[in-house]
Amino acid sequence: MTAKKGFNIFEHELVPEHRILSEEEKRELLKRYKIRLSQLPQMLVSDPAAVALGAKPGDVVEIKRKSKTAGVYFYYRLVVEG
Amino acid sequence: MVGAKTVKAILNKVDLPNNIKEELYESIMRYNKKYKLKKKEVEEIVNEAVREYEKALIEPGEAIGTVAAQSIGEPSTQMTLNTFHYAGVAEINVTLGLPRIIEIVDARKNPSTPIMTVYLDEEHRHDREKALEVARRIEGTTIENLAREVSMDIVDFEVVIELDPERVEKSGLSVERIVKKLEGSFKSAEFEAEGNTIIARPKKATKLADLRRLAEKVKKHRLKGLSGVGKTIIRKEGDEYVIYTEGSNFKQVLKVPGVDPTRTRTNNIWEIAEVLGIEAARNAIIEEIVNTMSEQGLEVDVRHIMLVADMMTLDGVIRPIGRHGIVGEKSSVLARAAFEITTQHLFEAAERGEVDPLNGVIENVLIGQPVPLGTGMVRLAMNLPLRPERE
Repeated sequence: MTAKKGFNIFEHELVPEHRILSEEEKRELLKRYKIRLSQLPQMLVSDPAAVALGAKPGDVVEIKRKSKTAGVYFYYRLVVEG
Repeated sequence: MVGAKTVKAILNKVDLPNNIKEELYESIMRYNKKYKLKKKEVEEIVNEAVREYEKALIEPGEAIGTVAAQSIGEPSTQMTLNTFHYAGVAEINVTLGLPRIIEIVDARKNPSTPIMTVYLDEEHRHDREKALEVARRIEGTTIENLAREVSMDIVDFEVVIELDPERVEKSGLSVERIVKKLEGSFKSAEFEAEGNTIIARPKKATKLADLRRLAEKVKKHRLKGLSGVGKTIIRKEGDEYVIYTEGSNFKQVLKVPGVDPTRTRTNNIWEIAEVLGIEAARNAIIEEIVNTMSEQGLEVDVRHIMLVADMMTLDGVIRPIGRHGIVGEKSSVLARAAFEITTQHLFEAAERGEVDPLNGVIENVLIGQPVPLGTGMVRLAMNLPLRPERE
């Protein structure tokens, strides 16, 4: 993926796990929170994590965040142009 | 007495965060040993825990932003205004306290004291000599750092660099290598070494200004190391050696052999966003604020700081909190005007013909209507009976 850099950014302590959602999961997510796609937080296509994943604009990325208060929880970002 | 499996099954059915589930599981198992709980009792305990958890949750319509602002703002008044401090034993200068908090929240592109904490890989981490080797690769070294004196000889039209042999040796360079490097980078000048002195002669220069320019350039020329990085300091932390650098070049340092790229970090949040992405930047913001606070002996609940970091990274780029960032992008004219540069916002809004639907809190405080918070958030929606048809 990022052979040029020689190391995978997901191995860094600061970077949580990222995963692209399938179309099915995307619909499920929007239904669960009763929101539109544009109401999600965003991340740029040029973001190193999005580049490493190969995400395209319009994809939704699921981020598995570690939290001191809740253990593990999921956050979602819509990939946007930029 | 219930088995571990049954307890796990009961816990799996309920909706609680993982941390709480784990804690609950452990304490149930502890009590189980002592009191031999029945399945029903375990269920009751779990249900009670869920009730307590739900009670502790933030209610819809709570003004969490205001609470966060107050919770961070109050302890900030206790912080020293003393900008500079020396971190630990090392002689590195670090911005701390309130100025640092302001710097983070304002999302400054260049923090006043950028610092990298460079961790080393398995091979270099335990030996001081090997750590020094890596530090030399990182440390930016210029002629100025190595020279005792750089002077201009106007009569012979040359720049005389007198090197300090001790410093040259410490940096792992030699006079010949320095000359070679200089020759490689300066095509317009000739270099000549005499013992510990290097003489630079411009090939064709007629004006004194040219000579001066050459002297300046040679002085500042980087012989090795990373750009933007100055002094490095090696410190032993636990059972490993860690390098601290004055100045930061995160992208390059990760590629330096001997560096552990998975733990190395910088205090420049923009660099983290650029190299590791927006999520890493969010984590960095949280960590930096928490560390700055705890360094001053203050404690703020992480959730407030998490909210700040989430707002700052909402759009995929780091936005400052304030007029140029989050507040400046509010959709309501009145909310923006109430904050800063009132007239300009009003003029611009008038010019564009903006409409304020008065949905936010600030607008409604401003005009004296009930604010949409808590119970004020609820709106009445009803179908009015249609007008009775005329006979």
